[in-house]
Amino acid sequence: MRTKDLSYWLFLAPVLLALTLVVIVPMLLGVYYSFTTWNGINTGEFVGFQNYIDLFHDQRFLDSLWFTTKFSVVSVILINVIGLSLALLVTGRVRSSKLLRTTFFMPNLIGGLILGFIWQFIFIKVFASVGEIIGMESLQGWLSTTDTGFWGLVILMSWQMAGYIMVIYIAYLEGMPKELLEASEIDGASSFQRFRFVIFPLVAPAFTVSMFLTLSNTFKLYDQNLSLTGGGPYNSTEMVAMEIFKTAFMQNAFAYAQAKAVIFFIIVAIIALVQVYLNKRKEVEM
Amino acid sequence: MKKKWNIKLEVLGLLLAILWLAPFYLMFVNSFKSKKEIFMDTISPPESWSFDNYIKAFEELDFMQTLFNSLLITVISVVLIIIFSAMAAYALSRAKSKLSTVLFFTFVAAMLIPFQSVMIPLVTVFGKFDMLNRGGLIFMYIGFGASLSIFLYHGALNNIPRSLDEAATIDGANRWQVFWHIIFPILKPITVTVAILNIIWIWNDYLLPSLVINTPGSETIPLKMFFFFGEYTKQWHLALAGLTLAIVPVIIFYFFAQREIIKGVSDGAVK
Repeated sequence: MRTKDLSYWLFLAPVLLALTLVVIVPMLLGVYYSFTTWNGINTGEFVGFQNYIDLFHDQRFLDSLWFTTKFSVVSVILINVIGLSLALLVTGRVRSSKLLRTTFFMPNLIGGLILGFIWQFIFIKVFASVGEIIGMESLQGWLSTTDTGFWGLVILMSWQMAGYIMVIYIAYLEGMPKELLEASEIDGASSFQRFRFVIFPLVAPAFTVSMFLTLSNTFKLYDQNLSLTGGGPYNSTEMVAMEIFKTAFMQNAFAYAQAKAVIFFIIVAIIALVQVYLNKRKEVEM
Repeated sequence: MKKKWNIKLEVLGLLLAILWLAPFYLMFVNSFKSKKEIFMDTISPPESWSFDNYIKAFEELDFMQTLFNSLLITVISVVLIIIFSAMAAYALSRAKSKLSTVLFFTFVAAMLIPFQSVMIPLVTVFGKFDMLNRGGLIFMYIGFGASLSIFLYHGALNNIPRSLDEAATIDGANRWQVFWHIIFPILKPITVTVAILNIIWIWNDYLLPSLVINTPGSETIPLKMFFFFGEYTKQWHLALAGLTLAIVPVIIFYFFAQREIIKGVSDGAVK
């Protein structure tokens, strides 16, 4: 097949059309609109960087950006620590390995919206009733403060994503040459030494993949945010994705929301490009 | 060398598994209780396994219709994504040229764009052309889903020797026949991965359908669940019965295809 063949273009036509109309055109239009006073109907006038200048003085947007960053950093660490631990556990000397994998992975199949609702029940009702029984005041009123909202989101995401990250670590752990492990065992390495000097260097590529996968998933979080806290109390647990949504569809500030969306794109793209760069560098080393 | 059994690790694993399932247990047992019973005790199994909550939730969610809507959107979108992405990846992998490389990187680069960055113009443009309906939604899923699917197919296609295409062409088959009769069947393992990743995504997607589907009666499960939950937010017994109903189809799917699902998700992430 050559690029000048009709068949080449016929094979490509459906996806090219869809990608152009659904992603490329809206993206280009979006960048253009972010420099105007567009309100969804009229393009309005060209205002240069005004929307971008405004958003750097927009406390609510900056707060959401900061909250998202804090949430992402804490979640990425926890998810990866738990995920790797689970992977080591289920690839260890256990008989219920398959059952355990199935269980830990299960939350990932269910939508974030539904998981958020389930955990809302747990944090609000179950935590309160357990707190009453064992007399722990700190289990009362979860999700009604910024801190409990933050940790609620972190717990929900760790519970959901650890099993997903576990699956990735397992792929690397099982791809490890068995002779190496057996040799180190015969040489008398303790389990900690084995982990530190044999397993750890071999699964290092899995860290890059997992860290960035969790980072981009947590940074773009919307569904769980919406269903667990809804951004409350007083918008203090509102993440960037939700803030953009509300600016656009609740305040009807379309052009301004689009400027935020462009900034959001730039941050997400930088995260992804850093990952691509790190991966490429590793490939060269190997 | 047979592995020695580590009983402490086994017990730890099982305890963690119980912890992991606790949210589902709590959802399940409380979905059978009355409002008053939940107020008294959220941990124990219900006094009686009454289906009253489920009957009410089933009706309010218009469950059969909603389930059908979700199935319809997911199945059509995933089938079309598979057909169109496999075809596109085939063209890009067989016609090696600068143009193919540029197009391939355009598709891959599109994966970097978060949904929120195109959401507002997308909805306004499609609104202007009266495309905010199920047909429009499926078309959007093809646009958003094509990139990853093409990427996965492209990787697999590069491992299939071209001599296979050439042999079939010499035997008199045209491009279309070569692709569908010779190449596509070989791609089956990657098709399973592509299908699973897209099913999980589209089945659970909330934000896009919430912006696109406006007609009552055509809501998908997550969409209907959101409205339902808003209405019954103080009535946990009904809300939990609804949530359990929403999860049942996913659990059934997982039960029958767990090996393929875990493999698919792991392949999709690692590649």
